[in-house]
Amino acid sequence: MLNTAEILQTVHMIAEEKLDIRTITMGISLLECAHPDPVQMARRIYDRITKKAERLVRVGEELEREYGIPIVNKRISVTPIALVAAAAGDPLPAARALDAAAKETGVNFIGGYSALVQKGMTPADLALIRSLPEALSTTERVCSSVNVASTRAGIDMDAVRMCGEVIKQIAAVTPDGMGCMKLVVFSNAVEDNPFMAGAFHGPGEGDCCINVGISGPGVVKRSLEISARGKPFDAVAEDIKRTAFKITRVGQLIAREASARLDVPFGIVDLSLAPTPAMGDSVAHILEEMGLEKCGCPGTTAALALLNDAVKKGGVMASSHVGGLSGAFIPVSEDIGMIEAAACGALSLEELEAMTCVCSVGLDMIAVPGDTPASTISAIIADEAAIGMVNNKTTAVRVIPAPGKTVGDDVEFGGLFGRAPVMPVSRYSSEAFIARGGRIPAPLQSLKN
Amino acid sequence: MDQQPHKKNTAVVTVIGRDHTGIIAAVSAVLTEQNANIQDIAQTVLTDVFNMVMLVDVSKADFGALADALRALQERIGVQILIQRSEIFDAMHHI
Repeated sequence: MLNTAEILQTVHMIAEEKLDIRTITMGISLLECAHPDPVQMARRIYDRITKKAERLVRVGEELEREYGIPIVNKRISVTPIALVAAAAGDPLPAARALDAAAKETGVNFIGGYSALVQKGMTPADLALIRSLPEALSTTERVCSSVNVASTRAGIDMDAVRMCGEVIKQIAAVTPDGMGCMKLVVFSNAVEDNPFMAGAFHGPGEGDCCINVGISGPGVVKRSLEISARGKPFDAVAEDIKRTAFKITRVGQLIAREASARLDVPFGIVDLSLAPTPAMGDSVAHILEEMGLEKCGCPGTTAALALLNDAVKKGGVMASSHVGGLSGAFIPVSEDIGMIEAAACGALSLEELEAMTCVCSVGLDMIAVPGDTPASTISAIIADEAAIGMVNNKTTAVRVIPAPGKTVGDDVEFGGLFGRAPVMPVSRYSSEAFIARGGRIPAPLQSLKN
Repeated sequence: MDQQPHKKNTAVVTVIGRDHTGIIAAVSAVLTEQNANIQDIAQTVLTDVFNMVMLVDVSKADFGALADALRALQERIGVQILIQRSEIFDAMHHI
């Protein structure tokens, strides 16, 4: 039986409010590709990925056509390469193999050129982190992440220091520092995140799986305009839950269908609200719809806390397995409302840091002045890692110290990556703090047993 | 929710645009050519905007060819025509 109103609502969400599936990400274990000879290792990696993901893009396109919903990205995540390349010693051939496999399968990004170093670094981890400037400047589609902290292990401050230095080096060898947008530094990284650049297929995952990331900030905002304008927060939360449920059900349907057609187990649906720089696809504008003149003004953290919680409450019942990052994303350059707020000075790095306490991920896609010292970037990473560690949540830093640029300039990333106004950072030094090295011990929260 | 998707083999065709003569006839003709059987139609015209929703059985049709044919028709008659498997509406609106 036809319910015309429901059908037209769905059609409207897709056509006018930019409802889409943000990504279908195939997670592939590469543990079996380890080999002492780097050439053999690279060949095994390429062969395995191109075989497993041969039909990924085609099936994604089929689903788009049959269900009439855009699937913006088809991507691959793999076992952290530091584990796979440990025997070979040199991780760079793996980076080139990943890039070639991504091109062959037609995915736009492949994630997992990664190291998990929250408690210490193996020689392979060190080699991988040191190789990042070359790996990210000589490949096109490879994405990388380093997990430097966890609630259980504390913060590896040696790794934090290295990451700050490496970010500066990547910025120096890629145009406008854009290679930095392919590196995420995590605390409490999750093993089944489908979103780039931080996706990897954790060592606790199975052989291969399909993870789906949903989207839909535009749908949430429009629904609030229609149903909850001027109403108390109880009504706002209810309305967001209802919308999140509908969005997630579509994600679950696509995930199940992709898994069946590819004959690969379904992993998780990630309940994240992922914005794009397009008008009407902004998380910041949802916060502003709640009554804030500009995202970043007082009240922003509370509004985001409500949004993040309501998205999870609405989404969790709509999917059989929820995972990944599952929360609202606040990448500055990828959200038109965030760009405007940062450009007019309403949104500061400090307010963004507060916001990361109550939502998914962290300081994401933020351009800072090119002359920001490595130690300041490391200290920003340490602050975010501490927030994640103490609050039992994932946090991350993806900053771009754009060479030659300063506050007032813009960095243009293009396409879905948008544009980032260069934001001011503290002029005071964290040099001596970062020079200490060692480990910040795991907090009391880690002693749960 | 863990079972394999239940294949209903029905799709929903949505037609939205400025009203003019022959829209239903043109859409129906394409559906017939492509072996898709119309099961239900709901149609309204509100302030000159034509809205039609059709439920069609696509079990005997080639979905890709049908979608292409409807896209070609969309270009020809100047209204928006969408075809989507009906599971997306069930998923979104019914528990």
